[in-house]
Amino acid sequence: MTTLTEGARRASSVRDGAVPTRVRRRPAAWWGLTPFALYVVLFLVVPCAIALGTGFVSSDGAPTLSGLAALGDPVVLRAFGSSALVSGVTAVVGALVGAVVCWGLTALRPDGVVRSLIDSAASVLAQFGGVMLAFAFTATIGIQGVVTQLLLTRAGVDIFAGGVWFYQVPGLLLPYAYFQVPLMVIVFMPAVTGLKPQWQEAVATLGGTARQHLFRVVVPVLAPAFVGSLLLLFANAFSSYATAAALISQGSQIVPLQIRAALVSETVLGREGVAGVLALGMVVVMVVLMTLYSLLQRRTERWQR
Amino acid sequence: MTGRSTVARRAALVVVGAVFAVPILAMVAFSLRSADGTGHDLGHWRAIVDPENERAYRNLVEGVTNSLVLAGASAALVLVLLVPAVVLVHLRYPRLVRPLEFVSLVPITVPAIVLVVGLAPVYSVVARVAGSGAWTLALAYGVTVLPYAYRAIQADLASTDLRTLAEASRTLGSGWLRTMALVVVPSLRRGLLAAAFITVAVVLGEYTIASLLNRVNLQTALVQVSRSDPFAAVIFALLALLFAFVLLVVVGRVGSIGTARPVLPGRDRARRSRTAPRKALS
Repeated sequence: MTTLTEGARRASSVRDGAVPTRVRRRPAAWWGLTPFALYVVLFLVVPCAIALGTGFVSSDGAPTLSGLAALGDPVVLRAFGSSALVSGVTAVVGALVGAVVCWGLTALRPDGVVRSLIDSAASVLAQFGGVMLAFAFTATIGIQGVVTQLLLTRAGVDIFAGGVWFYQVPGLLLPYAYFQVPLMVIVFMPAVTGLKPQWQEAVATLGGTARQHLFRVVVPVLAPAFVGSLLLLFANAFSSYATAAALISQGSQIVPLQIRAALVSETVLGREGVAGVLALGMVVVMVVLMTLYSLLQRRTERWQR
Repeated sequence: MTGRSTVARRAALVVVGAVFAVPILAMVAFSLRSADGTGHDLGHWRAIVDPENERAYRNLVEGVTNSLVLAGASAALVLVLLVPAVVLVHLRYPRLVRPLEFVSLVPITVPAIVLVVGLAPVYSVVARVAGSGAWTLALAYGVTVLPYAYRAIQADLASTDLRTLAEASRTLGSGWLRTMALVVVPSLRRGLLAAAFITVAVVLGEYTIASLLNRVNLQTALVQVSRSDPFAAVIFALLALLFAFVLLVVVGRVGSIGTARPVLPGRDRARRSRTAPRKALS
């Protein structure tokens, strides 16, 4: 309200044609921006602050750093190790296979039907899957899975001969790769489409070979985008929860499942801040990854104009 | 040379596509297993629509209903809160473009599993103020879909000369509300539609926040049903995946429908290629 009267006072002292617009502008800005700002504060800033702050407050409300000791706990360290392993393996596999798919997609018309079906399928698997991908793989290579049974009855191969690894950390690798590849296609494809055919012509005109075009032009231009996408895939696997939660109902082998355990047993004495500390550890990893990603992204966009 | 490389590229697509079809086909085969486990029939599909099983699937029906309500509420939230902010910043406050983009992309760095740690106390307040209706979860989902919705709207905004259009509308004497309703919304209809659809798809697939706040939605209900009846869970998962796929195909094609205003062919192509890769974001 104060801004409104202030604006009107200033406007009347100006004495020109802009008076009405000036008065009308402020309410427009107010109505457009303030609700969004309030919403973001209440449901993004406050939850972030609480999530990251609880680790620094002891049970009687005094500020403390002792909660951070939980990050040194061997169980937690092992969970971070497993998370990094799963994320690393599936990020590398996803990036390589995804890059092959991007190369394959260049053979299709960019505005064709097949291309838009593939784009949509990639979006569904990368962003929507979660729980349902866990079901898909349970139906495929779970104990009663179609492929498991087929191999057992037709080929006599028992994929679980050495123990049922499907409901453990190794079981996460295939479902995770299944959503990592489509994500790679989504984030890497713009860089691949940014390659200009004229560059190949230029190389040919200067007497270069196809191999030289590949190693002197394509690889250097795509390298930052590839590494950036790899980081994004790592971050994606590191932070995903739904697939793992639906697959692994017992135990907390990776960090998101540790957070689940800490949240569920929040009332256990002495464990109050653990979920917050784990969340903090996770965000630190994510911030590092995303900062590197945006730096690489800036390099990538240079070639996409 | 191009001919051979085209064949190789197509072959690569076919191979990867075949591998990726395996889990989906396995789901179909799994759902067709007969009750005695020896052959295949439609028994489990029939059981879904059998009124006798209504009690068993009551939880699932509640989950589907809640998820649809949440999808609608979240899309409305995005359109009412985010769109005016993005448009106003674009038209009036270019200095705020970077901060707004930063805020909108924060939920990528702060994943749902972290956000939920801080949302638990927030929701004990929300429950006191607004009750614990299923729709209240949309307030959290509005944040998780922020990056997707922002990119969709921003991509359309970047390819439309909205500044000139809005200026023209205001010169002709329209107020902000009128400009918003008659110029901005029609010009951005593709971006708005894409943002709404992506929001719906993401909300229908959301599990983390709902399960850790002990709410019932489609995904938490699916996990619960899968413990007693894995076949029903697989069937519903298949249907949900199919629904999301259709939704996103429509998003992808939105760019090519409703081109009522005359656009130069070159410009149109430029716009589509710019929107397409970014619409989904990462």
